[in-house]
Amino acid sequence: MSDICLEFKNLTLGYQGRAAIHHLNGTIERGSLTAIVGANGSGKSTLMKGIAGILKPIGGTCMSRGRRLAYLPQQSELDRSFPARAIDLVSLGLWQQRGLLGRITRKDGEKLAGCLAAVGLTGFEKRPLDSLSGGQLQRALFARTMLQDADLILLDEPFNAVDERTVTDLVALIGQWRAEGRTILCVLHDHSLVAEHFPMTLLIARELVAWGATGEALTRDNLLRARNFQEAWDAKAGWCEAPQSAAFHVHDDIARSRDRKHGAAAHG
Amino acid sequence: MGPPRMVEWLISPFLQYGFMQRALFGSIVLSVSCAPVGVFLMLRRMSLTGDAMSHAILPGAALGFLLFGLDILPMTIGGLIVGLLVALGSGVVSRFTVQKEDASMAAFYLISLAVGVLLVSWHGSSVDLMHVLFGSVLALDDEALYLIVGIAVTTFITLGIFWRALVAECLDPLFLRSVSRIGGPVHFLFLVLVVLNLVGGFQALGTLLSVGLMMLPAAAARFWSNDVRSLCAASVLIAVISSLGGLVLSYHASMPSGPAIIFIAGAIYLFSALAGRRGVLASFLVSARHKTA
Repeated sequence: MSDICLEFKNLTLGYQGRAAIHHLNGTIERGSLTAIVGANGSGKSTLMKGIAGILKPIGGTCMSRGRRLAYLPQQSELDRSFPARAIDLVSLGLWQQRGLLGRITRKDGEKLAGCLAAVGLTGFEKRPLDSLSGGQLQRALFARTMLQDADLILLDEPFNAVDERTVTDLVALIGQWRAEGRTILCVLHDHSLVAEHFPMTLLIARELVAWGATGEALTRDNLLRARNFQEAWDAKAGWCEAPQSAAFHVHDDIARSRDRKHGAAAHG
Repeated sequence: MGPPRMVEWLISPFLQYGFMQRALFGSIVLSVSCAPVGVFLMLRRMSLTGDAMSHAILPGAALGFLLFGLDILPMTIGGLIVGLLVALGSGVVSRFTVQKEDASMAAFYLISLAVGVLLVSWHGSSVDLMHVLFGSVLALDDEALYLIVGIAVTTFITLGIFWRALVAECLDPLFLRSVSRIGGPVHFLFLVLVVLNLVGGFQALGTLLSVGLMMLPAAAARFWSNDVRSLCAASVLIAVISSLGGLVLSYHASMPSGPAIIFIAGAIYLFSALAGRRGVLASFLVSARHKTA
């Protein structure tokens, strides 16, 4: 199937031998827009890191068939006291095209200016990072993501501590990226935002709870199940006994997600 | 003292004595090389790593000194090997275990320092130890100058090539890891530069003071600048002024040259912390006048 952008096969990710999310199977279609939803500690950011290739799987595989990947980590990972200007942060987005030594051309400069304009930060090029507001910083990070010109875009909680107007602008930008045929995965907490703008939802609680069309994934029952998961790492946790082959299978295809009601939907 | 006499006071030591010229040349080259490395150490919140590493290279330098006497090459190679071992050891422990690099670095440098002091006390006298610890910029021979120039050129080229990666690794390491695998190797390469510069400095300033020329100008420059490039330039300028001022002070007041250089750098740091654009006074003297946006 050539329209698959990302494929999980029995993917287990975690730290020091403990799973943060385990036995995930499924595919993400090219050009789809998927929200990843779950409580704190449910494995959302871990999954993002796994897809971005930063975290090696404990088991299974995560195959990306994208040409280029853009990953926007949570803002807290960024050193805001670093003496850099907004434009320095945004121009990091040229790394995949220009690498370590490639010269930044005039055309790159024009692209960069275009990205800044798209997020409404024209004129902010020389502002030091520590003088940007939370919303402005997030806009700058979106400009960087845009500059990466990726076909698979991972956004980890991009709307934390961001005001309503910025959220509206950035959601519109995400819609535009999707219209350009890019595949987008976005970790979110705001269910109403997900319901309004994200056609697909992946609901996790250290394992898959539901995956499919947003309306069908975010049901009361599913959300309750996702909420009641074991958050803390249990010191006495036993070894996972799930078969190492696919324990369940899901697709992000709406029709199939309907069929899924009749089959096994989730692990456990 | 009028201006002409002031100038004479400043430059006469260098006009009169060859060893002072060599000391000035050596310490200025060292300033140009050390200061930008110090800037990146500071920006990576590793300011104390320089200090730890300066202790760590001691046993290597001591071993070279004990086996071959006061010959710069074995001392340098010894210091370099031990410094890299400590960097590698602490890097491996922090990367593959739960322990953070500050703790593993502390452990490795303390082990190294203890071995160094044991080595020196086993075979040498305390005078030898004083030399390794405090060096003498006034005794720089040709070999030492070549070494310092070589290290400066290596540092300059390496920083130039890996500049973009170093900045990205400091600013947003997770992002860099998502687009490139260069982060880890660049971190280690950077530690190699730190060790190289400390080793380059110990002949002139001693192991304990060479870190001063690395960190004090960088820390002082942070009060004046908010851009990595200008930070590096400002720290180099401060290091050069410290070298010049320290040598003049040491000449006229008959003080040891290394501590005099670091003393001047320290004075510039205190002045900057107080009166710099981003210093203590500036934070108190907030004007009520303000721009609307």
